[in-house]
Amino acid sequence: MSSLSVSERTAISVDDVSVTYRTSFERAPTLRSTILRLGRRERVVREIEAVRDVSFDVPHGTVLGVVGANGAGKSTLVRTIAGILPPSEGRVEVHGRVSTLLALGVGFNKKLSGRENVVLGGLAAGLKRDQLAEKYDDIVRFAELEEFMDMPMRTYSSGMYGRLAFSVAVNMEPDILLIDEALSVGDARFRRKSAEKMRELCGQDRTVVLVSHSLGTIQELCDRAIWMDRGRLRMWDEPDAVVDAYTEFLEVGQDAVTLEDV
Amino acid sequence: MSTPTLSQPPRHRREDEFTGERHVYVPHSVGLPPLRSYVHELWRRREFAVELSRTQLREQHFNTVFGQLWLVLNPLLLAFVYFLLVDILRRSTSHDGQFFAHLMAGLFVFYFIHNSITVGVKSVTKGGRLILNSAFPRALLPLAAVITAFMRFLPTFIVYIPVHIATGLPVGPELLWIVPIFALFALMAAGLSMLVAAAQVYFRDLSSFLPYVLRIWLYCSPVLYYAERVPERYRWILDVNPLGGLLTAWSDVLNRGHAPETTSMLLGLAWGAGIFVVAALFFMSREREFAVRL
Repeated sequence: MSSLSVSERTAISVDDVSVTYRTSFERAPTLRSTILRLGRRERVVREIEAVRDVSFDVPHGTVLGVVGANGAGKSTLVRTIAGILPPSEGRVEVHGRVSTLLALGVGFNKKLSGRENVVLGGLAAGLKRDQLAEKYDDIVRFAELEEFMDMPMRTYSSGMYGRLAFSVAVNMEPDILLIDEALSVGDARFRRKSAEKMRELCGQDRTVVLVSHSLGTIQELCDRAIWMDRGRLRMWDEPDAVVDAYTEFLEVGQDAVTLEDV
Repeated sequence: MSTPTLSQPPRHRREDEFTGERHVYVPHSVGLPPLRSYVHELWRRREFAVELSRTQLREQHFNTVFGQLWLVLNPLLLAFVYFLLVDILRRSTSHDGQFFAHLMAGLFVFYFIHNSITVGVKSVTKGGRLILNSAFPRALLPLAAVITAFMRFLPTFIVYIPVHIATGLPVGPELLWIVPIFALFALMAAGLSMLVAAAQVYFRDLSSFLPYVLRIWLYCSPVLYYAERVPERYRWILDVNPLGGLLTAWSDVLNRGHAPETTSMLLGLAWGAGIFVVAALFFMSREREFAVRL
């Protein structure tokens, strides 16, 4: 197996990272329930070890696929790389500008218009106004939402929502693109378009981390893959090998559903 | 199967966290992010806070004529209501215009704090997807609420100016004192906004208690009365009230036409800086947890 040392070519280096967080059982924690609970000594927080002792390096220009069952820690891992969740142990080092496209879209407030959301998301990501203005037209054109940009996002369909999120992420011209199960948005045409865009980005010496349940996409787009299983790194190999082992593990076989293309 | 490991020991260069092209994420020993790069990133993204505040104002129709008018009319009517109330309670026969000016100035600046808190309290919990999906200094969210409150304060202060002149209050260089005094108000507003925004994540019913707390706070503050009219045995209320010193200084400058007393300024500085530092440390030590708490 190839083992990579840390060099200038390393885009992401994850070193013995564990992410543990405490989460509350209560749906919405309130002062009232806290006071009511005071005398009773109930345990309401639970520690969740989402990611345990994971290490891997991603060289520049690699498209890394991440597979794993629901709750395996894939999204937590990606959020840690994005700097949203701090690791509880270990160290993550990222070289380059990161753009995230995580499962829920890009920081969108449904009451605001598409335009306001794009501007706010871009500014939060650290872009300057003029940089944003430059990219704005490309974002809108790629998402094909020209006539909807001034409407509140709550009027958007989920496909439009996903298209805008994807378009924002890929047009930020990131060095490192983190994508969490977002390729399966829009209609067949937009899926093809986004797959093409992905291929284009992958060909430009960019690093992509792609979390997907669509194993066909992983096989097609990625040149490395990791398999997360209950917080641990189970496998780190060529995509075909990982997909084979993973499907064998799941005992589902490579049928049309698991291989469903982008 | 292989897990390549690093050959060199991890270097804990915490200052690299947010800045530049190289990002390093390591556990936070005391829960605090590296302060220098935090402040640097905060400043670099100030446009975000401004834009967020702008959208908040747009939600309140600040950009329309009637929306603006309402934002001015609302505190103005409130000042009238309190003036009538206090006037009746005092059973005074003479209607004191200068007292009305004092009431207005105090009420408007109190509502600056009030709005910073009520807009700020939900800033983090409403930040939802923005917090889940992008890494940025979260303090920008409550700070945007302070900008919103300031933008709402400005037009009310403009309405105050003709009242100030009409009631014959002095206009002179000592009025410049309102700049440092207001800066301390803003410092306190920023602190309180961060404090309630972080607390709201853990206690989601906080925002429903707040209006009552704020109402009581108003009654304990020298807004509906002059600070010097407070009987000796109740003076301590002004001393423990974080706004006591500042509001006294505010009224001294605006409605008494003299420089504020050193004690009220020092009291205001101590409270303002104290609340700001404690709240900022509390907020920053907690903000890494917000993403999993929402």
